[in-house]
Amino acid sequence: MADNPTLEMEQPAPAKRKGVKRRAFLIGGVAIVGAGLFGISIMDSNAVKTAAKLTAGKGEHSFATWLKIAEDNVITIYSPHTDIGQGSNTGLAQMLAEELDANWDLVKLVSAPAESAFANVGLGRGFLGEMTGQPGIINGVPQSFLSFIARQMNLQITGGSSALRFTGQVTFQKVGAATRLALIETAAKRLGVPAAELTTQDSHVIHAKSSRSLPYGKLAAEAATLSLNNEPKLKDPKNYRLMRQSVPRLDIPAKVDGTAQYGMDFSVPDMRVATIMAAPARGGKLTSVDEAPALAVKGVEKVIKLDDAVAVVAKGYWAAISGLRAMTPQFTDGGNGGISTASIFKAYDDLIAKGDPAGEAGEGDVKAAMGPKPVEAKYQVPFLHHAMMEPFALTAHYKDGKLDIWGGMQDPLASKMMAVDVSGLDSDKVTFHPMLIGGSFGRRLPMYMEIVSQVTKLAMQLPYPVKLIWSREEEIAQGAYRPQSAAVLKANVTANKRIAAFSNDYAQTESAEAETTFIYNLPAVARRNYEHKSNQITGAWRSVNSTQQGFYNESFMDELAHAAGVDPVEFRRNHLKADSRHLRVLDECARLANWKAPLPEGVGRGVAIVESFKTIVAHVIEASVKEDGMPKVHKITTVVDAGSIVNPDAAKAQIEGGTIMGLSSAIGEAVTLEKGAVQQSNFSDYPLLKLADAPLVHDIHFINSGAYMGGIGEPGVPPAAPALANALFAATGKRVRNLPILTQAKA
Amino acid sequence: MTISTTVNGKAVTLNAEPDSPLLWAIREELGLTGTKFGCGIAACGACTVHVNGEPARSCSLPVSEVAGKSITTIEGIKGADGTLHAVQKAWIAAQVPQCGYCQSGQIMAAVALIEKTGKPSDDQIDEAMTNICRCGTYPRIRKAIHAATGQAATAVEGAA
Repeated sequence: MADNPTLEMEQPAPAKRKGVKRRAFLIGGVAIVGAGLFGISIMDSNAVKTAAKLTAGKGEHSFATWLKIAEDNVITIYSPHTDIGQGSNTGLAQMLAEELDANWDLVKLVSAPAESAFANVGLGRGFLGEMTGQPGIINGVPQSFLSFIARQMNLQITGGSSALRFTGQVTFQKVGAATRLALIETAAKRLGVPAAELTTQDSHVIHAKSSRSLPYGKLAAEAATLSLNNEPKLKDPKNYRLMRQSVPRLDIPAKVDGTAQYGMDFSVPDMRVATIMAAPARGGKLTSVDEAPALAVKGVEKVIKLDDAVAVVAKGYWAAISGLRAMTPQFTDGGNGGISTASIFKAYDDLIAKGDPAGEAGEGDVKAAMGPKPVEAKYQVPFLHHAMMEPFALTAHYKDGKLDIWGGMQDPLASKMMAVDVSGLDSDKVTFHPMLIGGSFGRRLPMYMEIVSQVTKLAMQLPYPVKLIWSREEEIAQGAYRPQSAAVLKANVTANKRIAAFSNDYAQTESAEAETTFIYNLPAVARRNYEHKSNQITGAWRSVNSTQQGFYNESFMDELAHAAGVDPVEFRRNHLKADSRHLRVLDECARLANWKAPLPEGVGRGVAIVESFKTIVAHVIEASVKEDGMPKVHKITTVVDAGSIVNPDAAKAQIEGGTIMGLSSAIGEAVTLEKGAVQQSNFSDYPLLKLADAPLVHDIHFINSGAYMGGIGEPGVPPAAPALANALFAATGKRVRNLPILTQAKA
Repeated sequence: MTISTTVNGKAVTLNAEPDSPLLWAIREELGLTGTKFGCGIAACGACTVHVNGEPARSCSLPVSEVAGKSITTIEGIKGADGTLHAVQKAWIAAQVPQCGYCQSGQIMAAVALIEKTGKPSDDQIDEAMTNICRCGTYPRIRKAIHAATGQAATAVEGAA
């Protein structure tokens, strides 16, 4: 991201914002984490009391916002995160319940109704200003950690493991531990014994000496009146009973019988359904539209013209989309008619050739060390769409001066802020009701939620509730894409088969430096970025800039290994620090993959290793080329060092899925432009990997190095494309430098 | 027009335009929202239901074509006593769903495959299971189908 969230945090958000600015949304994104910090740091504040009022019913007692204990020993945990399928809410519950020594069978997890409490803190007082302007309230959280959170914000929103890393480690474990101490203190008084003689297990405080025990539910009322310890001692991991266990995910049962309710599934009486078409060339405006053909469709009630889009409101979706398709709205191209995939690549080439980068990072004197004849390669990757399975769908109802919105968005707070801005209503008149999300991968981030603005505009002029559904065609054409990008890599490999200089000149919308980690230990490295904006919105796509940077660096390392005549694993080893986590991950992966074992004719083996979001992942892929020129992946071996893992099976699922998403994009996905407009329309021309092409064998191993916990939702993606491309080179001798492979297989 | 059909064992009359897709009658008229809208062109399979026992992509199936036929949705595959179908149980055991949005369709496709083949081979699974899952749950889908039919999870060593 071009904006530097760390810097953003040093400025309080203005109390009254006008217009929807990305900066505000960045702050909004941080604020969810901030709210997490808030909970622990003000365990005895008014906010905690407010949360208690919101959540605790009769016979229930609230602790530090996030937890309540009922007299029947049922424990309810409130999560401030939206689980988009990564299992993060289960993980958060595991972390809190672990430190609390709760009986897992009686633990319930609920979405925090405190979304509204957070919104009150946030919108009423400028929530980040609150945090940054009064840092004293964030007890025990160093400023460097807050900056770290801000830098990692993309992960916070798109990946569940940031929920565990930040909210989990910073807040939930401490809330569990502090509440346990309060329960012990209460039990000590009641039993007349020293607290040191008490232990806890399965939601009971136990005094072994006298064979007495008290359930938490009988202690909660009194314990809830005590001041909680802000810095309780956490458990030694060797005593874990829930963490590091593959506890079944709490959200899964409702996802196998059709009862899970996503934003798409919401309905209220009298609700109408709308669908919309925005200017095909982003930046264009609606000039004219003949409404008659739409109004002639049975069930269509209204055509609504927006500045850059036209919407049809009907009794149901089929009537709405039929009405929309019956019209031929006219749009300008916003002056973007000259933009195409080719024109963007041309601009990239020119920028890199000109050699005047917008930013530069690295070490050593690359120019001096590059030598006269460097190895050089140029790579190109296209825009990618998130293609989450649930298209955008939000329901809004404006009634009696109040606006309610229901649906699945990654940041309910920022969604609400956007609706406040667009509607002109006061923030206490707008409520956003978060629902389950049918996939996101970075698409439902605050900075590109124009559907919030659209549905607000529709609802404000309709007397009934309206559900706005984007067709898949609209979804594909109006995305917030992984940037189209190109890079020229150069290196000097000397006679001793070592890299003396390495440069990566890449062009896209913005610098990737803050998000990608260059893992090799080289005497001279330069990473230079060249910025060029098109009319498209580029967004965070699962693992963000690490996808293309991983592809560039790890493909080129393979090229250099072959140029040096050194085995690709050995070549990488020679350029990694001895005793580093990277070296261990690479060695383990090569060993487990039987890297040197012979392969059948036509099958090649490729390796890639990328660190992203503090997690190191290596893939070894065995692949061949099918008769139609498309790759066939036979086997993948993966080694992951994420520091430590909260739920191994859920983590494995994330690595499986991330790897498949990486392969899918490498093999078949591309969003291309002509005359400023996206040329793809649906899964027919934006093909995703299907089951038959997914690896039959995927062997995944975790190294628990004990390093600071890294992400898990995203880091499986970046090494997938280069490991596949390197395997195909090993199989065929043909180097894949442009993605997707499909385009070249057909060329 | 009105169309008489059977949905999950109950006779129903749908009031829908004959060319309108079955999906929207199921979701908007009957309120059975377990069947999902994903693409509208029968490409992704999120809308998969059974029509007379055969898997069908309801987003592209006109309601006029299901008159007099028997339709089963994800809400209709549990046992009469509410117990989960063996495939649903296997889906939980293998912890298949991530975001979950495509899983109703995946399960309906898998149930139809198993009813047809008994114990589907990997090749039969490849051929029949063409529903898209963006979360990449494919290895677990394969594993769950094997498990639901009493087959050892032969190949997918990595999953779960």
